[in-house]
Amino acid sequence: MKPIHRLIATALLAGFGAAAVPAHAQNAGEVTVYTTREPALIQPLLTAFTSRTGTKVNTVFVKDGLLERVKAEGNRSPADVLMTVDVGNLVDLVEGGVTQPVKSRELASAIPQQLRGVDDQWFALSLRARVLYADKDLALKSIHYEDLADPRWKGKVCLRSGQHPYNTALVAALIAHDGEAKTEQWLRGVKANLARKASGGDRDVARDILGGICDVGLANSYYVGQMKAAKEGTDARKWGDAIKVIRPTFDNPRSGTHVNISGASVARHAPNQAGAVRLLEFLVSEPAQALYAQINFEYPVRKGVALDPIIGSAIGDLKIDSLQLAEIARHRKQASVLVDKVGFDQ
Amino acid sequence: MAALRVRPPGGPRAVGPVWFGLAALIAAAALLPIASLAWIAAGADGGHWQHLVDHVLPVALSNTVVLLAGVAVIVTGVGTACAWLVTAFEFPGRRTLGWALLLPLAMPTYIVAYVYLDMLHPIGPVQGVIRAVLGYDSPRQFRLPDLRSMGGAIFLMGCVLYPYVYLTMRALFASQSRRLLEAARTLGEGRWGAFRRVAWPLARPALAVGLSLALLETLNDIGASEFLGINTLTVSIYSTWVTRSDLAAAAQIACAMLVAVAGLMALEAHGRRHQRFGGSRNQDGMTPIPLRGAWAWAATVATAIPVVLGFAAPAAYLLVDVVQRLMSGQHLTLNLYNGLRNSVGLALGVSTLVVAGGLVVAWTERRVSAASAPSTWLTRAASVGYAVPGSVLAIGLLAPALAVDRAWAWITQSPGLPLMNLGAILVGACCIRFMAMSTGSIGAGLSRIAPEIEQSARLLGETHHGTLKRVHLPLLRPALATAALLVFVDAMKELPVTLLLRPMNFDTLATVLYGEAARGAYEEGALAALAIVLAGLLPVAWLARTQFASHTRRNPSP
Amino acid sequence: MTPTLHIEDLRIAYSRSATQPPAVDGVTLTLPAGELGCLLGPSGCGKTSILRAIAGFEPVKSGRITLDGVVLSSPQVHLPPEQRRVGMMFQEGALFPHLDAARNIAFGLRRLDPAARTDRVNQLLELVGLVGLGSRYPHELSGGQQQRIALARALAPSPALLLLDEPFSSLDRTSRHRIGGDVRDIIRAAGQTAVMVTHDEAEAHVLGDRIGVMRMGRLLSWTPQRHDLAEDSEPVRHRSGDPQPAA
Repeated sequence: MKPIHRLIATALLAGFGAAAVPAHAQNAGEVTVYTTREPALIQPLLTAFTSRTGTKVNTVFVKDGLLERVKAEGNRSPADVLMTVDVGNLVDLVEGGVTQPVKSRELASAIPQQLRGVDDQWFALSLRARVLYADKDLALKSIHYEDLADPRWKGKVCLRSGQHPYNTALVAALIAHDGEAKTEQWLRGVKANLARKASGGDRDVARDILGGICDVGLANSYYVGQMKAAKEGTDARKWGDAIKVIRPTFDNPRSGTHVNISGASVARHAPNQAGAVRLLEFLVSEPAQALYAQINFEYPVRKGVALDPIIGSAIGDLKIDSLQLAEIARHRKQASVLVDKVGFDQ
Repeated sequence: MAALRVRPPGGPRAVGPVWFGLAALIAAAALLPIASLAWIAAGADGGHWQHLVDHVLPVALSNTVVLLAGVAVIVTGVGTACAWLVTAFEFPGRRTLGWALLLPLAMPTYIVAYVYLDMLHPIGPVQGVIRAVLGYDSPRQFRLPDLRSMGGAIFLMGCVLYPYVYLTMRALFASQSRRLLEAARTLGEGRWGAFRRVAWPLARPALAVGLSLALLETLNDIGASEFLGINTLTVSIYSTWVTRSDLAAAAQIACAMLVAVAGLMALEAHGRRHQRFGGSRNQDGMTPIPLRGAWAWAATVATAIPVVLGFAAPAAYLLVDVVQRLMSGQHLTLNLYNGLRNSVGLALGVSTLVVAGGLVVAWTERRVSAASAPSTWLTRAASVGYAVPGSVLAIGLLAPALAVDRAWAWITQSPGLPLMNLGAILVGACCIRFMAMSTGSIGAGLSRIAPEIEQSARLLGETHHGTLKRVHLPLLRPALATAALLVFVDAMKELPVTLLLRPMNFDTLATVLYGEAARGAYEEGALAALAIVLAGLLPVAWLARTQFASHTRRNPSP
Repeated sequence: MTPTLHIEDLRIAYSRSATQPPAVDGVTLTLPAGELGCLLGPSGCGKTSILRAIAGFEPVKSGRITLDGVVLSSPQVHLPPEQRRVGMMFQEGALFPHLDAARNIAFGLRRLDPAARTDRVNQLLELVGLVGLGSRYPHELSGGQQQRIALARALAPSPALLLLDEPFSSLDRTSRHRIGGDVRDIIRAAGQTAVMVTHDEAEAHVLGDRIGVMRMGRLLSWTPQRHDLAEDSEPVRHRSGDPQPAA
């Protein structure tokens, strides 16, 4: 074969060979999930669904750009279910016009109204609290979020980037509670208290506490489970054993701990709408919610499902802040702008 | 480097409609993401832009400038010094170090950041040893400055990106004779004068090429900058899009950044302005001066340090970590294996297509252009993808690509999104991203072939395309191989485009690693990281062989 | 006053080992002013080492090199190449690729003001018979033309001594013959003292006023040559104004 023909043939072959695995259109009866959650977190749930119902689940893990991708795919999009974290993202999906409302008694009864979107366009599937990690020897029993700006914590606070959605949601909640001006002051105060640059991840807070770089920090509740349940002798276990967890509240005496959610919507042009609803219903069923609790160390939305014992002992039951999630979503952009204004990450 | 020769008149008719059409199509496809971005940017509302200008852009811009400047200093210094040592002197281990200095190419910036953060953490091994030596008990008493800083970022990127400069400078030094400097000395110039008037003007084009590649990589990086907490333009584009859900504002920043990139490329072109002269006609490069005693060992150590910092230390750390995990019972999952297969498949497909496409563009360019400059609008357009950071490219490409996909699906009456499902969009985006590497390498290779060769073939009765097949392609083999290998290594490491444009059930090693690291869970991350590095090693070693061997095997020139 | 080159008991060694013979082993010679001395011998005989030592690129183990009474090299003294007023013409031209022919020639003329520099450049272009080619770049010139430019460049600063390192070995036979003659005439006309190194015996006899035969680092003989009338009449042909003697 002539060299140029060989070249072309190889090119085509290689190009198609690379895509050999995903080269199949979705078959009827399958459910396709687009999600921003890491595979390890939701794969067990999806596998349980498949073994329970026999329905195959396809997944696309998109780190960012879920909305853009589904929007661009338009009415040919194969997505049935859109799963993501952070209420702001869910609201964005709805406002982006890529979701559809769902009428399901099962979902409505399992999930409290404040954890569902308007018109049931999105549903919370699990909760996580933003809690205080503290050095286990520190004499501290309770704290308000606002206290972190207090000068007595100077040089003792570790946080991940202020722009990270987990933190901007908290700032949005603070704006809703205390107003913008006070929150800006709070941000400046916390920035002055930082022991090191606001960067890294939530687990780095625990690691830095072990390393003596800081005494306290804010992070999500499920990492506590992950770390404390890790194998003896591993780094994660060491970090987990170095901290204790405190559930902060806001200054308002009737407030609770700030939570965020992981949730899902049914896609607007879902080819398998019935299958999508069935998946969601499975995810709020007791066995699935128990999996959320045990495998992911998250807080279930369904009442009556037991917490993982480690979470139960290290953190305990949550008094969820009564602020409407929709409020938090509303202030999110404002929060992000404030974080920039203060130069929190510099 | 192109020779100034008298060319036959060009023009589009010189090459035939098929080739020209193909080349134009490739160039247009490459410009598509930018056009799309500009379109999106135009639809933004001014309010957000004002906020960006007030609070985000100045810092992001200054961070980017400082980072680029710092990296430029390090890669120029390290790359040039090592290239000079390896070509001008003889010392123990010179031959091995000569190609080992390329190894950091296999190490993506985000993996290096992730490994060093681990290694140099206050409770990590390195600081533990330092504390033990100095007699401290805990990090509260003593700790080194945080790696998560501008200095740390500059150091890390410099460690991993210097091979670009090393490669071009070494090629230059190997082909320039020491005689030139000696001639300058006999004409009354001291060492400094000889450097300033002879060595530097000759080195400038090679430096410009290597430096611009390294700086484009720095600009494009998002993984390392994020891990290290450096807010560069690229990071701010991303965070504007993701945390503020403001795609239009993100597109605006992206367009602003492209202006900066255009500036970089102008700088490179300026540095290459005297490139019409070729290498010296003599075959022998420098004969290395043997070093003795302490000087010889000093040279060995000096050239070994970049290899250790940029490759050996992180690779060893990963290896140890992986071995520990495997021994403690953790096993390789199917996900990892799939990731490996997909990574390699994607890289193979992309590199083949990119080399073919680059050949079309470079060949058409050569026939069409009557000018002497090796690169005009066709090549530049096709190369623009490299200057655009991967994440920006992906965003820009998303809408138009899927529009094409929908049209295709309608024409062929297939359900869903056939091109996306096939992974074709991902492959296409990566091709646009890496096209510049192959057009550059092949273009340079073509320009080294004298027109007289082609003219003789024509006089012997061969057609244009026949000459391409029978004369140019064999001569281009080193350039083609270099292009294919460079693209393969980069495609293996590719992350942001894959994250956005992948089809269902599709993971690469890079996405596995990123998912793990982003979660802060390093379990499989280390395995994936090691696999990426290993997979990138073989091509880099091969590249070293072909690149340095080709200097003894010359293209025939009269 | 035209300079004289003295080399006394020169020894150059590359390795420190006592067993390896030195590259140059006790060479002594004197080259009177205005003459062209030729060092002849097979490769490895040490002739190039001597040349490079005179230029200042090799250190001297023992012995002395003196030019017009000034010590250039000795175990104690080593004048840097740029201060020696020694010009050199290399085996393959070594023209600076980034400068055109005129600028190459002008390279060593920084001390002159621009007008004087241009004059000198033109003068040299005419001398080597390449008037009008000043704006060509080295890769646009043929091999022979490059060597002429190299000669012009070396002669431009009026060096006390000119060194030629096998300058014609990269050319084909006919060019070699033609250029060799031209070079000899140019050097003679300028009264330039020169040392040339070659392995070609015929060339040495044609060009050299003195021939030194070398073998294994030793100078076996250093004898003056006589040129007969037939050769002396050759230059006239070239001086009759052929503007571009092709090479």
